[in-house]
Amino acid sequence: MDRNLLVATGIEVTYGKRAGLFGTGQPVAPVLHGVDIRIARGQTIGIVGESGSGKTTLGRALLRLVDVSAGNITFDGKDITHIPENEMRPQRRRMQMIFQDPMASLNPRHTIRRILTGPLLLHGIAGDTAEALARVKAVLDRVSLPAACLDRYPHELSGGQRQRIGIARAVLMEPDFVLADEIVSGLDVSTQAQALKLLKELSRELGLAMAFISHDLSVIRAICDHVYVLRLGRIVEQGPCEQVFAAPSAAYTRALLDAIPLPEYDPGWLERKTEA
Amino acid sequence: MAEPITITAPTAPTKPPSRFKTLLTEPKVLFGGGFILLLLVIAILAPLIAPKDPLEQDLMLGSLPPAWLDGAEPGYYLGTDDLGRDVLSRLLYGSRIALFVAVSSASLAALIGTVLGLLAGWYGGWTDRIISRIVDIWMAFPPVLLSILLVAVFGSGVHSVIAAIVIIDWTRFCRVVRAETLAQAQLDYITAARTVGFPRMKILTREIFPNIVPVLIALVSLEMGIAVVVEAILSFVGLSVSSDTPTWGGMIAQGRQLIHHAWWLLVAPLAVLFATVLAFNQLGGGLRRAFDPVMRR
Amino acid sequence: MTDMLLNVTGLSAVSDREGGLPVLRDVSLSLKKGEVRGLVGESGAGKSTIAKAILSILPRTVRVTGGWINFKNRDLLAMKPQELRSIMGSEIALIPQDPQTALNPGRRIGAQLADGLRLKRGMSAKAAEARALQLLADVQIRDPDRVMASFPHQLSGGMRQRVLIAAAFAVDPELVVADEPTTALDVTVQKEILRLIRRMQEAHGTGVLFVTHDLGIVAQICDSVTLLYAGKVIEEGPVRSVLENPQHAYTRALIAAGPRYDRPDAGLEPVPEEILHALRQEIGIR
Repeated sequence: MDRNLLVATGIEVTYGKRAGLFGTGQPVAPVLHGVDIRIARGQTIGIVGESGSGKTTLGRALLRLVDVSAGNITFDGKDITHIPENEMRPQRRRMQMIFQDPMASLNPRHTIRRILTGPLLLHGIAGDTAEALARVKAVLDRVSLPAACLDRYPHELSGGQRQRIGIARAVLMEPDFVLADEIVSGLDVSTQAQALKLLKELSRELGLAMAFISHDLSVIRAICDHVYVLRLGRIVEQGPCEQVFAAPSAAYTRALLDAIPLPEYDPGWLERKTEA
Repeated sequence: MAEPITITAPTAPTKPPSRFKTLLTEPKVLFGGGFILLLLVIAILAPLIAPKDPLEQDLMLGSLPPAWLDGAEPGYYLGTDDLGRDVLSRLLYGSRIALFVAVSSASLAALIGTVLGLLAGWYGGWTDRIISRIVDIWMAFPPVLLSILLVAVFGSGVHSVIAAIVIIDWTRFCRVVRAETLAQAQLDYITAARTVGFPRMKILTREIFPNIVPVLIALVSLEMGIAVVVEAILSFVGLSVSSDTPTWGGMIAQGRQLIHHAWWLLVAPLAVLFATVLAFNQLGGGLRRAFDPVMRR
Repeated sequence: MTDMLLNVTGLSAVSDREGGLPVLRDVSLSLKKGEVRGLVGESGAGKSTIAKAILSILPRTVRVTGGWINFKNRDLLAMKPQELRSIMGSEIALIPQDPQTALNPGRRIGAQLADGLRLKRGMSAKAAEARALQLLADVQIRDPDRVMASFPHQLSGGMRQRVLIAAAFAVDPELVVADEPTTALDVTVQKEILRLIRRMQEAHGTGVLFVTHDLGIVAQICDSVTLLYAGKVIEEGPVRSVLENPQHAYTRALIAAGPRYDRPDAGLEPVPEEILHALRQEIGIR
């Protein structure tokens, strides 16, 4: 069996823009210029970048949610770069996503019960409603949410609770790969720690491969094995976390690290400058 | 601001009041809906509650003033028109045409506009371009002229009035539903449904449509108000139902000619028309608030 | 004490929207002239309520039930609207959180900067423009002429925040309230903005109340810190001693809960439930 689960090579994404009376495709500047990513089974990689780096687009390209204009994506040995949506659909179960804004990613007019059981029934992971519900309850328990949440609407839960519903939805599908896009950036420090810890444990328990997108290298450090540093659509540095964090080779990575304020007394920090 | 500070093992929030109860706490729904409900009962029971036959003429009792003015005749609460027909009875009967036109034309226009709007907003590409271009061209016609033209072509009558309103106003729904669909499609819960692997059509009906409903309800309610007005306009110019059937628009047209010596003939149907349109608008706004789980907070 | 700028004493407030839920519980804090104090806590801790109370922009649903806010020995809470107006935007200024919405999208930067100077300092249009140009240069904007003539959407987020810092310091205030001014920015830009605020503050000798949820920012820009939880002051003191020798278990747990790029094992332990439970009992919740 191939050690690599998801391999993307030379990924380019260009957003076209519509114009004219009946619309003529007008390409605009590419967002990603030939990005290579390799995710092994059970491995957690981090993708870090500032705004405009293309990290969100990259994540969505890996899941075939945006089309790539060049490059290749293989998932579990199968080339999924250009397969049509109906062929992609059975693969979807195996590649799940957790979203940045848990409120926007949960349908405001569905109960948690409906949000969580629907996908299970769709893919036949559960044979009937009763079985689906039993699975959902088990996972809710795992993410420390009471079963009473089932009959709530998303807006009736707190931000941390909603984020755990998002995590529950992803792991319920028994995926091989999970993409987490800036999932802790809106959360308080303690809630964030709770979500990170939960995700780290789940990825171990279930042997999940994960891609963790964040603007925050500290968060990446807490959860990832391997890190890719993205800048303006290009990877400027990548490697195992121990190596990159101990001795960053790219000036940009150093600048990112030096810009993070640590909660410790360091009188020289503010005036210290690192050129990117 | 003070979100409950639950960190681990939080208790579930208390159960919210049922949707029906929320509806009743919304004053706009109470007043608007109450008035419409009353009107509906009146329309259905018109033959039972109308004090007189709305068509019965009595030239001896022509142009009687309302009951509280000098020279009124007992039993004619809002007076009579120049042919001696009872104004109150005619108003009560007039609600039948008004409501029938409002409900049927708004529902049909909503149905056509919503289906096309959903398809255009969700499938995009050529589907969207064709539907959107049709809407653009459609909306370039002046609506009142177009409706008069349409009724003139179909021949007058209540079904022509409904057809005219539907043909003109489906674009209203189509535009709003398309824009709303586009906005919803940008949200992550739609991406989530895609990552789960729901088929496109299923995402449209299961995920997007329920989120369009609040807007749609408000729009249908507003459209009913508009339809009441359009029907009145067409009656006014004599293009709706035959002239002996009582309609509010017909009464307004008649009252206009007699404004100087029998003002109530104009004021009574105008007041009812005004109240009905206002009630529909209030109901629409109120329902939208009540049905929107996010706005309700 | 003569160098005391701001003295909040026993400030309590409730939210009428949440059935009289206390949002501030007997909060006291002080700020000396030229001091930068961090006001830190998780969401719902009340840090922004305090900032709003000082700026007299509390929402109608929040009611102050006790305490004083003494600014230069005058109680802001007892002042007439007219007196408050003469102080706000003049002696007390704000650096807002979102540079996107804090500027009028339809007016040029130069005109918006000149507003405060003309209104609060009675400058002529010409003098205000010259001063605005100088201010933009002070916040290290390289081509102030171009920025003066720009509309907000033509500038980057970091640039807009510089403009807002210039606007805050334009009137030479004695107190600046900075309400999470860097949350919308990238880290590299954040560092520049923090540096700029500190430099401007030192040059003008301004007292700054810096509202943030990030203990890292507090560590790097503040002299002192007040840590809140559920509207209550949990710990207070000079930054170094609070960070290196926290007195309260909650403070220790909160510091440990934050991830650190230099420690792979940090950022994975939420504040333990026992500590929160004890904390709530101490405060008197439930």
